[in-house]
Amino acid sequence: MAVTEQAPGDRVRSGGGVATPPPLRPRRRGIGWAQRLEILALSGPAILVFVAFVIFPVLMAAYYGFYRWKGFGKPTNFVGLDNYVTILQDTAFHEALWHNGQILLLSLIFQGPVAVGLALLLNRRMRGQSAIRVLIFVPYVISEVITGTAWALILQTNGAVNDVLRSSGLSGLAADWLADPALAIWTLMFILTWKYVGFAVILFLAGMQNIPDELSEAAAVDGASFWQTQRHITLPLLGPTIRIWAFLSIIGSLQLFDLVYIIWGQYVASTAGTSTMATYMVTEGRNAGNYGYGNAVAVVLFAISMIIALAYQRFVLRRDTEGALTGGR
Amino acid sequence: MTESRRGPVVYVAALMLIGLMLGPVLYIIVGGFRTNSQITTDPAALPDPWVFGNYTDILGSDTFWRQVGNSTIAAVVTTVGVVTLGVMASYVLARYRFRGRGAMYALFAAGLMFPATVAITPLYILVKNLGLVNTLPGVILPQIAFGLPTTIIILVPFLQAIPKEIEEAAAIDRCSRLGFFWRMVLPLSVPGLITTGILAFIGSWNSYLLPLFILNDQDSFTLPLGVQSFASQYSVDTAKVLAFTSLSMIPALVFFSLFERRIVGGLTGAVKG
Repeated sequence: MAVTEQAPGDRVRSGGGVATPPPLRPRRRGIGWAQRLEILALSGPAILVFVAFVIFPVLMAAYYGFYRWKGFGKPTNFVGLDNYVTILQDTAFHEALWHNGQILLLSLIFQGPVAVGLALLLNRRMRGQSAIRVLIFVPYVISEVITGTAWALILQTNGAVNDVLRSSGLSGLAADWLADPALAIWTLMFILTWKYVGFAVILFLAGMQNIPDELSEAAAVDGASFWQTQRHITLPLLGPTIRIWAFLSIIGSLQLFDLVYIIWGQYVASTAGTSTMATYMVTEGRNAGNYGYGNAVAVVLFAISMIIALAYQRFVLRRDTEGALTGGR
Repeated sequence: MTESRRGPVVYVAALMLIGLMLGPVLYIIVGGFRTNSQITTDPAALPDPWVFGNYTDILGSDTFWRQVGNSTIAAVVTTVGVVTLGVMASYVLARYRFRGRGAMYALFAAGLMFPATVAITPLYILVKNLGLVNTLPGVILPQIAFGLPTTIIILVPFLQAIPKEIEEAAAIDRCSRLGFFWRMVLPLSVPGLITTGILAFIGSWNSYLLPLFILNDQDSFTLPLGVQSFASQYSVDTAKVLAFTSLSMIPALVFFSLFERRIVGGLTGAVKG
C-alpha cells in the first residue's frame, strides 16, 4: 500500500518504501482545538467518502470471499478457503492470468519505445506541433465503449480493414482479426496501444519539458549529434518519468476489463483467448450470480496487483534514490 | 538544430501518426452518413450519396437525450464533488502540520494503485444495500471516492507551491487560515482545479464498469451503456450504430479540446522528472 504515498515529484527522488509525505515548511509547534476543528472539517468529508466507498468495499470483499453466496440477504454458507481453492485450480483463471501477464509485458515492450519515439518527435519545434499534441490524445479521451465498438466494426470479418486488403490485392493478408485465437491477443495489443499511447506521450513530453535546455545546448557545443543528445541526455533524465509510466501501465494491464469485455463479449466469442482476471471476475461472479466467488476473485486480483506493485516499487522505483540506474530501462 | 534537413521525414511521420490516430474516429463519424447497403457492399468507402437520416433519427430520439442528460448529471456532480472534497483535503495535507498527516496521505495515495475494478463486486453490494441501485447517486458517490486519489496527488504539490510569505502576509492582515484558504488558496489554485476537474469529468463521462453494475434499468443508463445496448439492439443497423457512437463522443472531445493546454500543463506540474 506504500507505492505512491509521496507527491509524484517527490516520489521520484525519494523513491523508497517509507511513508514520507511531501516536505513541509516548519511551523510553530502544537496545534490548538480551533486548528483541529479546521482539519476535521476540511478533510473529514473526503476521508468519509473515501473510506465508505473504497476502503470498506475492499475489506468486505475479503469477508464475502469466504462464503458461498448468491447476493441476497446475509451470507450464511461459510465455506472457508473453498472459493480460493477453486480459483487457483480453475484452468479458465490460469488462462486469464496468463493473458494478463502477456498484456503486461507486451504493453511495456510496445508502448514504451513507441511513446518515447513519438515524444522525441513531438518535442522538436515544428509547425502544427500543438495540433498534433491534441490529436494524439484523442483516442485516450474517447470512451472504452466507443473504442471497442469502432474497432470491432472495423476489424470484423467483413469489415473495413479486410475490405481494403482485398481490394488492394492483398486478400492473403485478410484475417479474422478478432476471433482467431492466434491473432486476437495481438489485435488487442494493437487496440490498447492505439488507445493509451497518447497518455504515455503526454507524460513523457511533460517530463522532457523539465529537462533544462542548457544540457542539450552544451552537448551541441561539444559536437554531439541529435541522436547522441537524445541517447545520453534526454533518455537518462527521462528515466524517472518512464518508470512511473511503466508502473501505471502495469497496474492498468493487471486490471484490464472494459475493452476486452466489450469486444470479446459482444462482437466475438469470448473464447478467442483474451480473457483477463477482471473479465473472469465479472462473468464468473456477477453474471453467474455467485457473489461470494466473485469477491474471492477480487481478493486474488487485489493480492496479485499489490504484490507486483510493491515488488516494482522495491526493485525499480527504489533505484531512483540510489542513482544506480539511469538508463531509463 | 538540423530542422531543415530532417524536416520532411518528421512531417511525414507526424502525418502518418495523425492518420492512424484519427482514422477510426473519422470512420465512425463518416460511416454515420452512409446507408447500411453502402456499408455492406463497400465497408471502407466514402458516403455516396451522403445521408443524414441516421443522425437526425438519433437526435430526434428521447432515449439518446435521456442518456445525454444522465451522463451530464453524473459527470457534473462527480466533478464538483471530487474537486470540492479534494481541494479541502489537499489544503489540509499541504499546509497543516499534525500527527497522522503522513498516514492520511498514504491512505489516499494507496487508492491510486487500485482502480474501481478490484472493488466493484462488494461496491455493488454496498450500493444495493443503500438502496441506490438504478439511481445516479449510486454511480456518483463511488466515482467521487475513486477520483479523490488522483485529485489529491495532483493538488497537494500545487498548494504547497503557494509561497509561505503570502500566508504570513495574510496572517498579519488578521486573515484566518480558513479565510486564507477561501480568499487566496482557491483563486491561486484554479489551474490545478481545472486540470483535476477535467480528468474527473472525462473519467465519469466515459465510465463503463461502475454503471454496468449499478444501472440496470434502461431509464437510468448513461451514454456508454446506451451505446452498448444500442449496438446490440440494432446490430444489423450498422450505420445507425456509427451515428449514435459518434454523437456520444462529441461532449468529451469538445471538453477536452477546450482545456487541452490545462491538462498538459497540470501534468507537467505533477510529473517533475
